[in-house]
Amino acid sequence: MAFAAFSSTAAPPTDAPPRRRSKVALLLLLPGILYLVLFFLAPLVSLILTSLQAPTEFGDIGMYSYAFRWENYVAVVEQYWPHILRSFGYAIVATVLALAFSYPLAYFIGVTARKWPLLQSLMLVLVIAPFFISFLLRTLAWKQILSDESFLVTSLKAVSLLAPDAHLTGTAFSVIFGLTYNFIPFMTLPLYTTLERLDLRYLEAGNDLYASGFHTFRTVTIPLSMPGIVAGTLLTFIPAAGDYINASRDFLGGADTQMIGNVIEANFLVLLNYPAAAALSIILMTVILVIVGVYVKRSGTEELL
Amino acid sequence: MATGAFADRGADLELIGIQKRFPGFTAIEHLDLVIPAGSFFALLGPSGCGKTTTLRLVAGLEEPTGGRILIGGQDVTGQKAYQRPVNTVFQSYALFPHMTVLENVAFGLRRRKIADAVAKAHEALRLVELDHLAARKPVQLSGGQQQRVALARAIVNRPALLLLDEPLGALDLKLRRQMQLELKTIQEEVGLTFLHVTHDQEEAMTMADTIAVMNKGRIEQMGTPELLYELPRTAFVANFLGQSNLFTGAVVGETSTSIAVDVAGRSIVVPKARSHRHAGDVTVGVRPEKITLHRQKPEPDSAHNIIGPGRVTDVSFTGVSTQYLVTVPGVGTIIVFEQNRSFGPVEGEGDEVWMTWNVEHGFGLDDDPAGPDPKFVADTTTKSIAAQRRAALVTELEEA
Repeated sequence: MAFAAFSSTAAPPTDAPPRRRSKVALLLLLPGILYLVLFFLAPLVSLILTSLQAPTEFGDIGMYSYAFRWENYVAVVEQYWPHILRSFGYAIVATVLALAFSYPLAYFIGVTARKWPLLQSLMLVLVIAPFFISFLLRTLAWKQILSDESFLVTSLKAVSLLAPDAHLTGTAFSVIFGLTYNFIPFMTLPLYTTLERLDLRYLEAGNDLYASGFHTFRTVTIPLSMPGIVAGTLLTFIPAAGDYINASRDFLGGADTQMIGNVIEANFLVLLNYPAAAALSIILMTVILVIVGVYVKRSGTEELL
Repeated sequence: MATGAFADRGADLELIGIQKRFPGFTAIEHLDLVIPAGSFFALLGPSGCGKTTTLRLVAGLEEPTGGRILIGGQDVTGQKAYQRPVNTVFQSYALFPHMTVLENVAFGLRRRKIADAVAKAHEALRLVELDHLAARKPVQLSGGQQQRVALARAIVNRPALLLLDEPLGALDLKLRRQMQLELKTIQEEVGLTFLHVTHDQEEAMTMADTIAVMNKGRIEQMGTPELLYELPRTAFVANFLGQSNLFTGAVVGETSTSIAVDVAGRSIVVPKARSHRHAGDVTVGVRPEKITLHRQKPEPDSAHNIIGPGRVTDVSFTGVSTQYLVTVPGVGTIIVFEQNRSFGPVEGEGDEVWMTWNVEHGFGLDDDPAGPDPKFVADTTTKSIAAQRRAALVTELEEA
């Protein structure tokens, strides 16, 4: 019969792994799912709802009720577009600088220092050492070093490398400097882990095939360390774009260096304009997601990751 | 290094007084070597003998502690690896994992800005029968396929000197044979100089025009495969290239053409022309397949050496031949290979036999038996035994 003939092919292949809907697996997943729902999904929904709120009629400052006021987004973009642009500008420059400083460092630790494991561990400790001191304290320390009365600034002024009325703190320079400094370990560590696994025989093969040291670096070493570069730049760029410590007036920033993080902070905590702060947060998140998505796609590291 | 063009012919390779020391040990003691253009030269030796270091020195991946390297008469000692007209087939393949097979093969051509790099890369891939996999990444290939890509990646550049670091190790027997033939053909067609490093004596003998046997950072002997096999100069060569029966004794008689050596009261005659030393204590030998076994005591005869009686202690049937171990009191154990002209082994364990061989087939070694190291002691390290076993197996498989 025709049906019998079909039924044998329609039956699932017998060698397929048996699907075991184990209750244990679900049970083990439960805490994680609950955690995500409670601490990620719920705040996200709440944030989206807040960003669409409208001021309560005849209410006090800081009183809002649920609405669908999408104009909030237009308003914040109109008001804060320089801060948004500045944030991504600073973050990109800091990421590029961190990469430029970290790559040679990670290469030295992961490749050159392979012959001396002790030196390798020592340098890794030095990279991680700053984490033992609070992020805030370290940034404050830099504020001291870069302040107008500091030895550094007075010396620079003495040799006329800095104009007499110039400052270092409160400028774009010090904010980018702070961002670069604070995120360098996040760039160095992933770079180190890929470079440490780099098989030097590929470099020998490149040399053997008429590629000079520079060409081998460009055509072999860089592509093979792409996973580290991508991971490091993401770990630096994402937090740097949303950072509000370095650019804050209490730390290295000034009035003209406010980043989107500072604006969000001010709107939430000082101006009590919750919808504007929420809308800015969502804009920040979306732009970062788009940039990261395009970046990962373009760098073609899906299979290397 | 010339860009934009291939080497039109192979180049001489000359190593003058090369020495290489690493912290803690000396890899190469003192090496002088001339490899004429267009030859297929094999460096043969056990692992750790310095052959791979020699190759890396020629490729420019290591710097010699002393000495000079000349390629085609030009001193390249100070040149970097990428400046030398040399390509290497690495033992580990070292295919770039982020490039496709085609990009790997075209890499050298593109660097030298040779026209039609892609077409030439396809041609090289066709040669190793992998053109249909050109778009794959190396990780998607089997070990043997990767090895062929590595070969194509080096050959496509038509270097004046091609270095092969155990390039056929991972191939199965049929493919290995095919690649050996392929390599030979390419080498003859283009007249490139090949320097082949291997521990596989069978591979070296079938492929190379000239073999240099290396041991402990020195070249023990150099010559054609036939010469090395039939007339080994040292005990190391006699035992690394196939097997040998070696006897040590004092020279007790001498004619104008031969010497007689006293071995446990028996006289063994070796032609002077085939012996390096003619007086004092000498080591003489004969290959196992040159020996004939006899049930009865043979009549003494000036053209043959006779040893016996001895007892057969082991018989192993290997198909094309039978390997006997015969213990002779006072002399030791002698290995004999007999061709299986009739069915099965002729002698059985415990049989009493006499052995004869043509005087002309013996050889006398250059080693001084009273020298500092007892060189006539057979190399019985597990590695050399394993290598010999494998070689024997390969021969057997081929003939089966």
